[in-house]
Amino acid sequence: MTTTQPGTVHPAEPPASGEDRAAPAWRRIAAQASFETRAILRNGEQLLVTIVLPVLVLVGLVRTSFLDLDTQGWSRVDFVTPGVLALAVMSTAFTSQAIATAFDRRNGVLRLLATTPLGRGGLLAGKVLGVLAVEVVQVVVIAGVALALGWRPALAGLPAVVGVTLLGTAAFTALALLLAGTLRAEGVLAVANLLLVLLLVGGGVLLPAGELAAPLAHLAVLLPSGALGEAMRGALLEGTVPAFSVVVLLGWTAALGWGASKLFRWH
Amino acid sequence: MPASPALEVRGLVKRYDGRAVVDHLDLVARPGAVTAVLGPNGAGKTTTVECCEGLRAPDAGTVRVLGLDPVADARRLRPRVGVMLQDGGLPTGVRALEMLRHVASMYARPRDVAELSARLGLDSFARTTVRRLSGGQRQRLALAAAVVGRPEVVFLDEPSAGMDPQSRRAVWDLVRELRADGVAIVLTTHLMDEAQDLADLVHVVDHGRVIASGTVADLLADGGDAADAPATVLVEATPGLETEPLAKALAALPHAAAQPGGAAKPGSPVPDAGDAPPADTSPWSVVAGADGTYTVTGPVDPRAVEAVAAWLADQGVLARSVTTGRGTGRTLEDVFLDLTGRHLR
Ligand SMILES: Nc1ncnc2c1ncn2[C@@H]1O[C@H](COP(=O)(O)OP(=O)(O)O)[C@@H](O)[C@H]1O
Ligand SMILES: [Mg+2]
Repeated sequence: MTTTQPGTVHPAEPPASGEDRAAPAWRRIAAQASFETRAILRNGEQLLVTIVLPVLVLVGLVRTSFLDLDTQGWSRVDFVTPGVLALAVMSTAFTSQAIATAFDRRNGVLRLLATTPLGRGGLLAGKVLGVLAVEVVQVVVIAGVALALGWRPALAGLPAVVGVTLLGTAAFTALALLLAGTLRAEGVLAVANLLLVLLLVGGGVLLPAGELAAPLAHLAVLLPSGALGEAMRGALLEGTVPAFSVVVLLGWTAALGWGASKLFRWH
Repeated sequence: MPASPALEVRGLVKRYDGRAVVDHLDLVARPGAVTAVLGPNGAGKTTTVECCEGLRAPDAGTVRVLGLDPVADARRLRPRVGVMLQDGGLPTGVRALEMLRHVASMYARPRDVAELSARLGLDSFARTTVRRLSGGQRQRLALAAAVVGRPEVVFLDEPSAGMDPQSRRAVWDLVRELRADGVAIVLTTHLMDEAQDLADLVHVVDHGRVIASGTVADLLADGGDAADAPATVLVEATPGLETEPLAKALAALPHAAAQPGGAAKPGSPVPDAGDAPPADTSPWSVVAGADGTYTVTGPVDPRAVEAVAAWLADQGVLARSVTTGRGTGRTLEDVFLDLTGRHLR
């Protein structure tokens, strides 16, 4: 083999260690989180699913008697708002994230970003933080509307709500990544929306699993949707989170996280 | 001592479903040089560079980028390596410049985004979302993203795909500037002129193997025996000129070392009837092509060029070009087609 005239290896520079040429990790992750957040909040369909849908459900359930609710003695808005917050977590951590990641994967965005100093770990961290940032916006909007409708949450449960939200986000983000990393983008679009509707109707999110038909009632408490809904209701109605729901959510998070880490395909 | 290679690939194997699409491939790229990986569609170029970028793990063989393993040492390598993927990898929902700024924010000392975007003509579509960009605009944006972190090694997978000539020029200028700064540039292409004009070193790849390596000059020489080929004067003018006066004038020239058998090589245009050299002893041949090109083969010297010019003047024709050289105008494309075959992929 023939070679060309040799080039020179930067004689002035000491061998760069590499890592100091990258921005600090926190800055990379913050940049990615803000990039992701802006991308979601600017996308019309994503806004529809993450903000408009939960608010419509909230107002619809509180202001109309379209559904005959057994509110177990609570006011309608107190009874419904925790479930709407659980729905908001699912729409962002699951539906919106699954669709965004699936299309980014198809378009090579994940691979390109993985070659920058951000890397795969930074990309994941940025995504999770982006989801949490969108959730903050959701909570502000939904809580604002609910308070205007007369919502009186159990103040003692507010710190627990933070933990429940984080746990639910972890479980549903893992599910989102599992789908986005294994199915075609169009498939993810269909499945993620369908699953959200199914869990909304029969997954024990909005209303207690106990109010569902018999076989579903037992199943729904074991689903991540039912567990998240029960945990939110426990925190915001009674000020305590049922341990069973927490165990269910932890189990789903571990299983889905393990599945996503094993099965996620970058190409 | 030659500079240590920026990229060294030894015996790389990558299989999909048991089929080796990269099959014991060797590759070297040096700092301050443009290395082209030239090959037909499906040759394994993208798979090879993706192994170099740490995006795919090799099934066998070693890849070293700046002396490091792209998978195991990814964290140390990423800040020093720039990547332009074949399919772009640009998020579709953001504005062009926003995307570039975002990638720049991953580096401690990125290039000046405004300067880079002016350089590559991104300003005209800076606020357009990536989804609405043309193919060439996306390519330029992806190139900007690959170099914004001041990399020491850049991988460009088919960088000129979908670009207009102006964009291509801007890209090539930037690549040359990077080379002058000591960056190792590895680009894949199936465009001959890109390899020919830009590359210091060309690796021709087919069926996952390197089937020829060298400078463009080496490849042209190896493929066409150019060093031994008789000298030529190639004239581009109008078709239908009388070649006999030229043949006579050339035969009458004094020449010290008459080269025997300076006939046209096989593969050159078929001579018109009556274009044979006037005397059997003449070392000259003049071959007219149907497209108005004339190939004068023989012991070319300044007098011979003068004779060609006088012949053109006599006919009252201004040639579009008169070129002297060796061989019969073989290009890298000829070498490439000889090496890789002419069937479609
Ligand atoms: N993910 C994949 N799975 C299976 N086959 C693949 C995959 N990616 C590429 N190939 C095949 O591998 C071969 C080489 O592809 P590629 O490296 O993209 O070639 P090039 O970039 O030279 O056109 C092709 O035949 C292609 O169809
Ligand atoms: Mg390719």
